[in-house]
Amino acid sequence: MLRFFLKKALLAIATLFTVSVVTFGLFFAVPNNPAELMCGNRKTCSADQQASIERRMGLDRPVVVQYADFMAGIVKGRTFGEGDAARECPAPCLGYSFRNDEPVTDIIGRTLPVTLSIVFGAAVVWLLIGVSVGMVSALRKGTIFDRGAVGLSLTGASMPILLFGPLLLIVLVYETGLLAYPSYVPLTENPGKWAAAMLLPWLALGFINSASYARLARAQMLETLSEDFVRTARAKGMTKIRVYGRHALRAAITPIVTIAGLDLGTYLGGTVVTETIFGFTGLGKASLNAAINLDMPLVMATVLLAALFIVVANLVVDVLYSVIDPRVRLS
Amino acid sequence: MTDGSVGPAGLAVAPPGEPGPESAVTGSGAAVVGRSPGQLAWLRLRRDRTAWVSGGALVFFALVAITAPLIERLYGKGPLDRFTDKLDRNGNPLGYLGGMSGEHWLGVQPRWGRDIFIQIVYGLRTSLMVALTAALLTIVLGVVIGIVAGYLGGKVDAFLSWLTDLTLAFPFYIFCFAFVPIAVAQAYGPTEQEAPWFRPMLLIVVFVLFNWTYSARLVRGQVLTLREREFVEAARASGAGTRHVLFRQLLPNLWAPILVTFSLNVPALITAEAALSFLGIGILEPTPDLGRLISDSVTYIRDDPAFTLTGGITLFALVLAFNLFGDSLRDALDPKADR
Repeated sequence: MLRFFLKKALLAIATLFTVSVVTFGLFFAVPNNPAELMCGNRKTCSADQQASIERRMGLDRPVVVQYADFMAGIVKGRTFGEGDAARECPAPCLGYSFRNDEPVTDIIGRTLPVTLSIVFGAAVVWLLIGVSVGMVSALRKGTIFDRGAVGLSLTGASMPILLFGPLLLIVLVYETGLLAYPSYVPLTENPGKWAAAMLLPWLALGFINSASYARLARAQMLETLSEDFVRTARAKGMTKIRVYGRHALRAAITPIVTIAGLDLGTYLGGTVVTETIFGFTGLGKASLNAAINLDMPLVMATVLLAALFIVVANLVVDVLYSVIDPRVRLS
Repeated sequence: MTDGSVGPAGLAVAPPGEPGPESAVTGSGAAVVGRSPGQLAWLRLRRDRTAWVSGGALVFFALVAITAPLIERLYGKGPLDRFTDKLDRNGNPLGYLGGMSGEHWLGVQPRWGRDIFIQIVYGLRTSLMVALTAALLTIVLGVVIGIVAGYLGGKVDAFLSWLTDLTLAFPFYIFCFAFVPIAVAQAYGPTEQEAPWFRPMLLIVVFVLFNWTYSARLVRGQVLTLREREFVEAARASGAGTRHVLFRQLLPNLWAPILVTFSLNVPALITAEAALSFLGIGILEPTPDLGRLISDSVTYIRDDPAFTLTGGITLFALVLAFNLFGDSLRDALDPKADR
């Protein structure tokens, strides 16, 4: 058991390392003039500014040394430049955004809670709706409810957020005025306002994803219901609720947990489209803005962070898998 | 995917009077007819109502995209023509529903005064061109990698599987934000104008680089079971080279999953292309594009909601048609598959 996890964890670290090398290479080794890219606005970037950035970032040194500096900065922080122009970047330092004149970690600290709020809330919505609709649909197979659910989830799975998000805005905000156009309030400040602001992105992202979860839950549940242990439990006289709600659900939910974990990992890296539609500045939107402004240190940090989320989600799913389903054999 | 015309075994039930595929199996009265798996799949597909409707929609979209210049000539308005006389002082279209009229079928774009219908026609062309090319190249790359990994095994397989895992660890959208601007900066100076073909090509490259993993895994799994079969052994015993075994013996057995993966990959790529263009990283002005059209429309969502919906609904219809057809295709090729 422990060996299995250690092996997985080592593999995850190796993957992250490779991602960081590839990304670093893309930013620092491929471009002819990284300083120009780091500058913020290529059109207005003067030669002086470029020289200053080059000196402060140490871009004139070999790429390998730069990479080592970058990695060391994550552990113990670093200082860019000297004298008056020096910029402090405390550990964990993921780089310095010269365009915003602040460490990248500060920007991430500001925007990550927004993305976390959107993703976890939406996950609750899609898991609740998806799993319950899929389960009821499987138990009432062939009924009107089942057919309706199947048809709806089939169409819902094709619904692009580019249509559904604006549609929610039109219906709930501009035409009926039921909700106000959202603006982010931190959870620690005012939980009520936080939830009110998050409602639209939760609904948008949650509904769209619940379609594919309903399909998955239905298929899994149907498969489980035809298994012997379900019939045995029913034959012993166990109540329907106990059999379906506990025994069958537990067996059916394993693949759902897997997919949900991987989806969470992907979404944590940024729900850019959702954030853009509803006007939130989360991690994805910050990364997009940085990309458009060519604020490359920030983009690079967000790529690494998003990769970290994906790799960790994979690891967590592997662990959960064997906890939920004891039949899973570790190899 | 269940609908009225599907029988218990997942096979299409023939309407009375028409010999169905069952009669070939059960031979109820009629003579037993031998049918190849391909013929059976075609029969099932032809009896699937969803396949007819979605397939028809796909043909329609393809025709619109291909004949876009002809439509432009008949319709009399180009995608970049501006009709500012159809706007009021604030730049909003005159009339109802975003200025829909006999002259401008889907209305006029606020501020720009462009005709929305012809924009969508040309936008479909961009969308389909990028998505189909990328899907085709993706599947070719995925199949080659999957076949090689599955058949050769050992170190090659270990390396290619690791490459797959590594690719999956890259956050797609955010990596695009990094990759696209750098690639543009490499190819063009700060003040140079991008060539119109550059962005679509760049998007295709990015899509192929990040989407081959799924088909590679699928094909690898299939090859792992196929390579132990007698016909492979027979081919090798008669002196066939690796390339012959890979592409002449194994590949023909993989057409069904490849076809299904391809048809479900296209809508995913259409969505991704629209999303990137919506975010300002994808297709740029003046090339018409669905994602960018929606992005433009969101600015005017309060005053002109019809504009947002026309673009969004077109995208939805396109994706839905591809997904439904892909599902039907899977059901027809593999009737026992999970649904």
